[in-house]
Amino acid sequence: MPGHHRAKAIGYDDDDIYDEDEGEYEEEGGDAMTEEDREQMRVCTIQVKEALGASVEVTDAQIQESLWHYYYDVGKTATYLKNKHAPSKPKPLAQPKKKTTSRFDEAASSAAHDTKATSGLKSKPTHKPNGDKLVDSVDKLTVEETPRVKSKNLNVLEEFRKSGMKRMASFVVIGHVDHGKSTLMGRLLYDLKVIDQRSVDKLKKEAQTIGKSSFHLAWVMDETSEERSRGVTIDIATNYFETEKTMFTILDAPGHRDFIPNMIAGASQADFAILVIDASTNSFEAGLKGQTKEHCLLVRSMGVQRLVIAVNKMDTVSWSQERFDDISQQMLAFLTAANFVKKNITFIPCAGLTGENVTRKIADPNAKWYTRGTLVEAGETAVEAINAVQPTERIAEKPLRMTIDNVFRGGIQNPISISGRIDTGTLQIGDTITAMPANETAIIKAIEVADEPVDWVVAGQIPTLHLADIDPVHLRLGDVVCDPKFPVKLTKRFTCKMLAFEHVFPMAVDVYRGRLQAEGKVRNLEGLLNKFTGETVKKNPRIVKPGEVARVVVVLERELPLEAGTRIVLRAEGSTVAAGLLEG
Amino acid sequence: MRLLKSQIDQKDGSGFATLLPEELEDMWHAYNLIQPSDRLRARAIRRVTKTSDSGSVASQRITLDLTISVTSSDFDIGSGQLHVAGKVASENEHVKLGSHHTLDLELQRKFTLEKGDGWDSVALELLKEACDTEKRAELWAVVMGEGIANICVITEHQTILRQRVEIPVPRKRKGGLDGHNKAMEKFFSITLSTLLRNLDLGNASAQTDKTVPLLLASPGFIAQSFLSYLKGEATRTTNKPLLALVPSIMVAHSSSPHVHSLSEVLSSPAIRSTLSDTKYARETALMDKFHSLLRQDDGRAWYGPREVERAVDKGAVGRGGGVLLISNALFRAQNIRERKRWVGLVDRVREVEGGEVRVLSSLHESGKRLEGLGNVAAILTFPLEDLDEEEGVTGAQVEEEADMVI
Repeated sequence: MPGHHRAKAIGYDDDDIYDEDEGEYEEEGGDAMTEEDREQMRVCTIQVKEALGASVEVTDAQIQESLWHYYYDVGKTATYLKNKHAPSKPKPLAQPKKKTTSRFDEAASSAAHDTKATSGLKSKPTHKPNGDKLVDSVDKLTVEETPRVKSKNLNVLEEFRKSGMKRMASFVVIGHVDHGKSTLMGRLLYDLKVIDQRSVDKLKKEAQTIGKSSFHLAWVMDETSEERSRGVTIDIATNYFETEKTMFTILDAPGHRDFIPNMIAGASQADFAILVIDASTNSFEAGLKGQTKEHCLLVRSMGVQRLVIAVNKMDTVSWSQERFDDISQQMLAFLTAANFVKKNITFIPCAGLTGENVTRKIADPNAKWYTRGTLVEAGETAVEAINAVQPTERIAEKPLRMTIDNVFRGGIQNPISISGRIDTGTLQIGDTITAMPANETAIIKAIEVADEPVDWVVAGQIPTLHLADIDPVHLRLGDVVCDPKFPVKLTKRFTCKMLAFEHVFPMAVDVYRGRLQAEGKVRNLEGLLNKFTGETVKKNPRIVKPGEVARVVVVLERELPLEAGTRIVLRAEGSTVAAGLLEG
Repeated sequence: MRLLKSQIDQKDGSGFATLLPEELEDMWHAYNLIQPSDRLRARAIRRVTKTSDSGSVASQRITLDLTISVTSSDFDIGSGQLHVAGKVASENEHVKLGSHHTLDLELQRKFTLEKGDGWDSVALELLKEACDTEKRAELWAVVMGEGIANICVITEHQTILRQRVEIPVPRKRKGGLDGHNKAMEKFFSITLSTLLRNLDLGNASAQTDKTVPLLLASPGFIAQSFLSYLKGEATRTTNKPLLALVPSIMVAHSSSPHVHSLSEVLSSPAIRSTLSDTKYARETALMDKFHSLLRQDDGRAWYGPREVERAVDKGAVGRGGGVLLISNALFRAQNIRERKRWVGLVDRVREVEGGEVRVLSSLHESGKRLEGLGNVAAILTFPLEDLDEEEGVTGAQVEEEADMVI
């Protein structure tokens, strides 16, 4: 014991005396409280109990321990305990920097370097009542305040298997502009009580004041002033809801053709897609020429195989079965031509504004012909099918890859945060990651999924990572976060197999992969391929016609993290030219 | 560029021209004119060392006129500087024959150029074009997206990316709208200050009385928002030159924030009507025409050196709509044989076949598009198939219910 004390005292030359005092306390057998202290402790314990009320279950010992820690500050103790025992809220880390606390910090950080000192740390605060438990809480606090983040060294895959977590799925909502994507999702969230009546009423009022009352549900998703004043979604809106079996993430995509890059970013994070189609006269037809078609091709080329088609605004055609069947037929013909498999497509009639057949059955007597499930049920079915095909574990075993979808300031505590979908692999707090192409490492300080703190995440989830030890200039949208041991390679020139939607010849194109958006050029047309066998049919063609499959060489303006097997989209002059699969 | 003096024999093209570059663009012309093996005479500063009888070495910088035989040239697009390297070709009291020198051509300083193997038709045309002071269209353009802005200047013969502004803008996020708005504000303010620095309004308006049009292009509403921000700032700071600029600002739609979408902006009808007569707009329109013909795939549009030469051989690039599109990059070829090949092709199309020849500037977007196609393309008067000599083994496609390879 004394040996440890000497070791620790080295750093505290300036208050040697204090340190010796402490040593004496310890020799007294850990009971250094004076009569006054005890009296004060007793009074305060009662006060804290009152402050906490019956809702929080805390033992006297825990209260006293915290009181000692906060120097009998009743208010702080109560807040601390409340937060600690209400698990949904993050722990308050803003500790008052008092003398002893900071000295613990120093001790802890030195302990991190020297394992011998660890036992010293534990022995040190034994003079306090219920010291052992306090050590735990102090330990936690110090770990979070030092720049180095301690990893729990979990076997994330094991944890994931054990956790029996609800299955997770994210879906992108696509469709032509003004077909009611945002409104439908606003309705869904409202009916599932994710947003309360009051907020909706408030939005309704605001929408009315600028004469767009029918937009109020869309405003749940469209939050920026620009989106509200123009009445269109500009960027992906993310939201969450839960059913009995599944935790869903909504990615509400913009329908306007100018914002297709944002839609691509959303679609790249989705497991399946909900295609919203306006059933009212002419709208469907306009959409089919416009973004309904392009979005379908895009999600398909990004690997989304399953579609739930919400035939929206059915109330405007008085739930006509004829119209519904007509639309279904036309869409089915188009989608099968676009290489979707018929059994992976579900059609659901609904009305977003009134909310019929979104979460509840249709009340309208005209819709008696429809007997199948609601939109949410269709979503569940889709998730089931997806999980059957590809269980999470398989992709979680691969090395980590995550495309950065957003870089932002997560608050005072978390100056740099990123979010995005984990494509493959797992992550836990304390992991070191590498951001490419900057090739800079960072440490994960905290992880959040759907605004809740978690210890680990697996492929398929869309977490927010709070980072430490990295400068934000190294993080850009579209960068890839990967395992430092298996960094993603950077390429400037690659060959890809592509399916042309428009004529392709050597020309300037924009290359898209998730949020990544880069300038590039189609340099060579190497050959036309047979669609099914992949054999070269014609070498060095002059032009690739829509619908043909070809192998081309693309040269990028700068080096980017693109790996073989990545799906990319090539666009030029505002339209999608081709979808490609990288070969290397 | 001003032609001070020229003595060029029309028959064999021998002779020289003395030129005075007056603005930055003239450097680009000079760069295109000056070829390896040409003789260039210009004012130069050279350090001359003299060894005196006692053996001490004195070095001195002197200004003198040097004639060099060009070996290579180097052009910096951003600053418009042209360095021409070569060997001294005429005896001089300070400099030995055959020693190396690099001439830095400067504005307002004349130089004399003598072609090594005579002035060919392309060079003569270039000379004429360079000295044509009539059309001096200039346009500033900002192609922008969320957090990215490319500030370019478009002149008759070049598109120069002056500066690129990149500001990280956090995306829309639940409860995090503040970050987005703040970053956008910052992005606009930096873009504006960068733009103003590049435009140099204070000086420009003092020199010329015409205002240079400014084009803002973006996908979505960003250009529009930026214009209103610019207007607001101009009023707030009562920046008079900027306020004067406001009426000549155009807002257009582009599909991406990258420079190459400028071609799409400039081919849009609204912009074309205001820019109708610039070389840029004409070239863009021509490339668009070529692309649409290529898409029709009826064998009337061909690209690539071999294919185009073959088409010319077959007489398909002739009277009645035959157009040869060629990038001036080909004429800058360091290899003289290579240059002769293209000059020969141009002469043939123009004089023998009677077709139209368009030389596109490799510094414009249209030239860049042509570069992708191998720097040369042709619109034919009649369809030709299989110029690429490939056996089209388009076997019957197996339409099975199999998964496609992609």
